[in-house]
Amino acid sequence: MIVARRPPRRLARTMRLGEERLGAARAIKWALRYVFPDHWTFLLGEIALYAFIVLVATGVFLTLYYVPSDTQVIYRGPYDLLRGEQMSEAFRSVLDLSFNVPAGLLVRQIHHWAADVFVAAIVLHLIRIFFTGAYRKPRDLNYFIGLTMLMLAILEGFAGYSLVDDLLSGMGLAIAYSVALSIPFVGAQLGYLIWGGQFPGSSDFFPRLEIIHVLVIPLALAVLITMHLAMIMRHRHTQFPGPGRRERNVVGTPLWPAYALRSIGLLLAVAAVLFLVGGLIQVNPIWQWGPYHGYLSENGAQPDWYIGWLIGALRLMPNWEPTIAGHTLIPNPFWGGVLFPTVVFAMMFAWPALERRVTGDYRRHDLLDRPRDRPVRTAIGAAFLSWVVIIFAVGSTDRIFVRLHIPYEEQVHFWRVGVWLLPIIVFFATRQTCRWLARTGSHPLRAWEGALIARRPDGGFEVLADSPEGPGSIESGPPIGTAPGQESEL
Amino acid sequence: MSALARRWLTRRARAPRALRATVALLMGTAALLILASPRSPQASGAATPPAATGSGGAAAPAQAPQPPGTGRSKFPEAPAPGERTVATPSSPTLLAEGRSLYEEGCSSCHGMDLKGRTRMAPSLVGVGAGPVDFYLSTGRMPLENPHAEPLRTTPLYSRARIQALVAFVSSFGGPPAPTTDPGAGDLALGLHDFTLDCAGCHQIVGRGGLTIGAIVPELQSATAQQVAEAVRMGPYVMPRFGPRQIDQHALDSIARYVLWTRAPSDRGGWGISNIGPIPEGMVAWFLALTALVIVARLIGERTN
Repeated sequence: MIVARRPPRRLARTMRLGEERLGAARAIKWALRYVFPDHWTFLLGEIALYAFIVLVATGVFLTLYYVPSDTQVIYRGPYDLLRGEQMSEAFRSVLDLSFNVPAGLLVRQIHHWAADVFVAAIVLHLIRIFFTGAYRKPRDLNYFIGLTMLMLAILEGFAGYSLVDDLLSGMGLAIAYSVALSIPFVGAQLGYLIWGGQFPGSSDFFPRLEIIHVLVIPLALAVLITMHLAMIMRHRHTQFPGPGRRERNVVGTPLWPAYALRSIGLLLAVAAVLFLVGGLIQVNPIWQWGPYHGYLSENGAQPDWYIGWLIGALRLMPNWEPTIAGHTLIPNPFWGGVLFPTVVFAMMFAWPALERRVTGDYRRHDLLDRPRDRPVRTAIGAAFLSWVVIIFAVGSTDRIFVRLHIPYEEQVHFWRVGVWLLPIIVFFATRQTCRWLARTGSHPLRAWEGALIARRPDGGFEVLADSPEGPGSIESGPPIGTAPGQESEL
Repeated sequence: MSALARRWLTRRARAPRALRATVALLMGTAALLILASPRSPQASGAATPPAATGSGGAAAPAQAPQPPGTGRSKFPEAPAPGERTVATPSSPTLLAEGRSLYEEGCSSCHGMDLKGRTRMAPSLVGVGAGPVDFYLSTGRMPLENPHAEPLRTTPLYSRARIQALVAFVSSFGGPPAPTTDPGAGDLALGLHDFTLDCAGCHQIVGRGGLTIGAIVPELQSATAQQVAEAVRMGPYVMPRFGPRQIDQHALDSIARYVLWTRAPSDRGGWGISNIGPIPEGMVAWFLALTALVIVARLIGERTN
């Protein structure tokens, strides 16, 4: 009995403490009673949030050992294959971190895996937000914050692995420099500004990159995450339509005591999976890549996955450079490296306003759509996603060539057409699937539960009352699971 | 959608007519200028595929593969003093066996007189033992289609038959086969020289890759002897490295490093094939994130 009564008492004491000093009892009560609707896809963003926490924790550790310096030194550490090799102090500091610092390699690998998972979780979260229409008014502002965080996360990841100055990241920076140079009119100045000189840049470059990676972008992300969460609390969660769920209420679990425990469980799961992967699977083995020098290159150099779509775009883009009187107007890397990501993000930023305009639906929406109930939006989203995914996949055509012996040039030529055709096919296929799902009421992720039928004396069949599908005739059962108000398709 | 398109096409213009006309004129002039201007050789050439790595700083060996038999001769040089070679076996019975094997399996392309055939197969006169041993022991010869890239397969001939063919072709002249002693090599020097001379095509851990028109092989099944032969001969589109570029000690070291790449030091755990970010991205998505999504699925819905 005492055990059961203690937590509320402790809670009450905390509340009193807060109330007497800050007058915060109402706010705490409001927060503790905040209701989370039940759906597992609402946890995807939380995975990203907790990956960010792991990133900050491991990142602080790594910062203590990293030296942002391009001063050339000779390696004299314990790794035989690089002993006597000339390298930058930055690279040596990461080698020492990996081989000399207790748990250094583990923490570095956790950090790298956490970065990969962080961006992946954001993308998955964004996909959920898009296909359920959660970005609609009043949450469009929060959707823009999320997109901004995705851009920052990609930039942050690139800055992070570029700090190491190994062969792979050095080549990545060389590509980034070429892309910066390709921006019309301002490219040369921009490259000079960022690198502090011509590639590989002045000695200021690595300190700059480090501050951007460990302070500027993380701080911006932290502020944006706070705003993101505050706005979710302000708007309250969206929810899927269901019994008792209306536009202006939220049906679910309160933060205290139920949801908080669940969320802490997810935090621990994220940390556990990242520690497990970080301890068991090798990531970015820089001692195998060796140090970077401007005259070195290796075959098959790839960026981390969240930059892969840009490499794919660079490869896919035809050799097209408009010139005026012999002067190149727009160097080729501009199309894939600058224009393509700009277009992708511009389309995502423009979508909520575009949809409002086309559908004429300027109302506030707190109930989510099931993807099938908005076939055109779902189809456009799927087509757009397939467009980006194809370009992303083209980034690994060289490895496909080596593995499967499909000629590289033919792959590129094929996808130059396919990248436009396949999304169109995806559009129509998705729209048809959505309509079919909406009509039949079946669920794509759940197995068909079947129906219990009995034969009638006249030879026909009828569905029994205790069947999972409910009673009715087989030929013309009413569609199940159709929500009201589905006249508009988009 | 069509109603939308019609509405857009018949919408009232917002910019004044004069402004629109000026913009149209400017755009037209620019388009004309772009079309009329002399195209740069890069832009007018046949659409060359982007470089393998898309790298700005990396100079890939942009040497198009030449059809066998038409390229410049890549005869191995005579070994410099101090170079390790393998003595070429020779005996009348071996030569006789080699001749019959040659006539049966090689002569249709390389010719009965070993002089090769134009646009089909190079001459074998004077190539020596190294290339013959390399192409046969890696299974690259005999080649089914003489215009295809020779790729590593299971060797068709046994060791003894390869010896016979080596003896037979060597009897037409040429240096003995080069070889290495990986034990005498220095692993650190091997990595250093491999990074300089080999990684640009073979990838830094010898996992192979792409060069224009050819697959660069992985090196994990190469023996020390085959490494030496390939370096000295330069098979297919690979450049040849003489003793002035890679001396015997460097060659021993490179061979030692190549053997090391069969089981490189994966201190971080499972090496996921040592080619970098592609498998890493797969692990992030299909292992780590998938596991977390399953966790979310399990704890996310408790009420139903």
